Amino acid sequence: MSSIYLRRKIADKLALVLSLMAVVLGVSALLWILWTLFSNGLAALTLNFFTQSTPAPGTEGGGMANAIVGSILMVGLATLISTPVGILAGIYLAEYGDRSKFASMTRFVLDVMLSAPSIVVGLFVYALAVATLRHFSGWAGTLALALIAVPVIVRTTENMLRLVPGSLREAAFALGAPRWKVAIVVTLRAVRGGVVTGVLLALARITGETAPLLFTALNNQFFSLNMSGPMANLPVVIYNFAMSPYENWQSLAWGGAALIALVVLAINIAARVAFSDKVQA
Amino acid sequence: MGCGGFADTRAMDTMTLTANTTVNSNSSPNTNVNSNSAGKDAGALAEQARRVAAFGLQDRLFKAVTFSFAALVMLALAGILASLLIKAWPTLEAYGLSFLVGTRWAPNEDVYGAVIAIYGTLVTSGIALALAVPLSFGIAVFLTETCPTWLRQPLGTAIELLAGVPSIIFGFWGLFVFAPIFQEYVQPLLAATRLPLFSGPPLGIGILTASVILALMIIPFIASVMRDVFQTVPPVLKESAYGLGCTTWEVVRNIVLPYTRVGVVGGIMLGLGRALGETMAVTFVIGNANRLATSLFAPGNSIASTLANEFAEAAPGLHVSSLFALGLVLFLITFVVLAAAKWLIQSGERAAGTK
Repeated sequence: MSSIYLRRKIADKLALVLSLMAVVLGVSALLWILWTLFSNGLAALTLNFFTQSTPAPGTEGGGMANAIVGSILMVGLATLISTPVGILAGIYLAEYGDRSKFASMTRFVLDVMLSAPSIVVGLFVYALAVATLRHFSGWAGTLALALIAVPVIVRTTENMLRLVPGSLREAAFALGAPRWKVAIVVTLRAVRGGVVTGVLLALARITGETAPLLFTALNNQFFSLNMSGPMANLPVVIYNFAMSPYENWQSLAWGGAALIALVVLAINIAARVAFSDKVQA
Repeated sequence: MGCGGFADTRAMDTMTLTANTTVNSNSSPNTNVNSNSAGKDAGALAEQARRVAAFGLQDRLFKAVTFSFAALVMLALAGILASLLIKAWPTLEAYGLSFLVGTRWAPNEDVYGAVIAIYGTLVTSGIALALAVPLSFGIAVFLTETCPTWLRQPLGTAIELLAGVPSIIFGFWGLFVFAPIFQEYVQPLLAATRLPLFSGPPLGIGILTASVILALMIIPFIASVMRDVFQTVPPVLKESAYGLGCTTWEVVRNIVLPYTRVGVVGGIMLGLGRALGETMAVTFVIGNANRLATSLFAPGNSIASTLANEFAEAAPGLHVSSLFALGLVLFLITFVVLAAAKWLIQSGERAAGTK
């Protein structure tokens, strides 16, 4: 075999071996993260973890009930607020925003907000809701999370609606349907699986968000359903407990981290299932 | 188009119900010619006109409602910028542009300069990108070119799922698992090189650790974007190259990369945007020290970690205002990076003819 062929062959094999090593390195590091997380965290997920509130510093026992409830409340309300807003804005972009300058600007802004640092959103909500009312609150946390969820929902809704063939819209128009009815009853319904996917992805994203809650919802050592006061939430409690010197707090933080990772992975998988249902239907 | 099949038939039924009345009243003048049909027709026509007018009104209302929600999004961005500017104003007034070059951040003396935080943000993101890009590239090449077909789908999905793992998990793992191992095994090796970059005591946490954790966090993200752009290469191009006798690596280098260059760079910039603004993955492991150090082993601070650490307890006045100014700087940096990324990806799509 002449040298040029040999050289090409060696370069090829070298590149492929390097790429395989990248895969092994990357995937094993990521699997390592999940493995340590679950092997350390699942043990902390006892019944007490779900029924008792966060313990005082240096004491034994306790759980994360207040943080879990706080997270569910804030994430749930944020999803309830952002879903209609996101879907309606998505409908506007897909159905009315073809050649409008405003729509393309909105799209750009959405893309910026989609990957804007979440801590900056926290700053904004702090200036808007915390500094003006002079106290941290669950509502402020909800608002911050909703602001992060909206761009995700708008963009997926719009992209999904754009997949609807024009003939479907034209058929509905030809039958005399008004535009709003076409948008809601025909096109939105045709892609509802995809829209559900968008909502679930947004849900997964805000479930793990920590930075925007640090100075909006803050934290609360006690069980509280009062959305107008500071509210405990899993990510911030995990952060505080992990940075603390107390062993009990740290082991609770492991449990919390494993719980969040589990929930987020489950939501992501559900989103994928909802999406593949759409494709098959 | 693959999605025509799932047109919901129930949706169409409701449509036909609405439409029936219109069709009937239209056809009646031709079929029923009796004495009192004129009166009936007038009634039906008036009814139809009323309906059409109502539709017009409903449509305008619907458009206005959806428009206002889209406008709300624009308003939110304007609000973010405005609130950052207003709240940062006292600092901007006191320091002007020298805030950006001030090398001291000492809340207890009420002295604020942004250099430490900006340096931390740029260095951690830069190193993270340098580590993550080759690895992501390798993963993407493997996924699109050499991976056995049965593994392609599960591996791709796994990478995408990992891209969705919240950053607090990475930070948490970095603090408890990675930092001790890094301190014991990797830092002594690096220190043995005697480079000034790797000087000082190996603490486990510090700027280098934060960079590695950041890299791990953005690998799944960049890899899945790269895989997506690699998949836009028309198979016929690759097949022609293979037909001419190219090796896999030559196809990647001479066909896939030139074809997707712009999209790849755009994907990298998106990853950079994420790394710049990342809070939790960095805050856990960067060490949170307001010192400017040349060694990568030294603890430092990034913009986001400074905010996360100090904001809730900041004294009102110049401290809070300076934190807002830092937030503004971070927002502007990520804005520029993201805008560039979006522009690159779009022009890439245009060149590839997919849009």
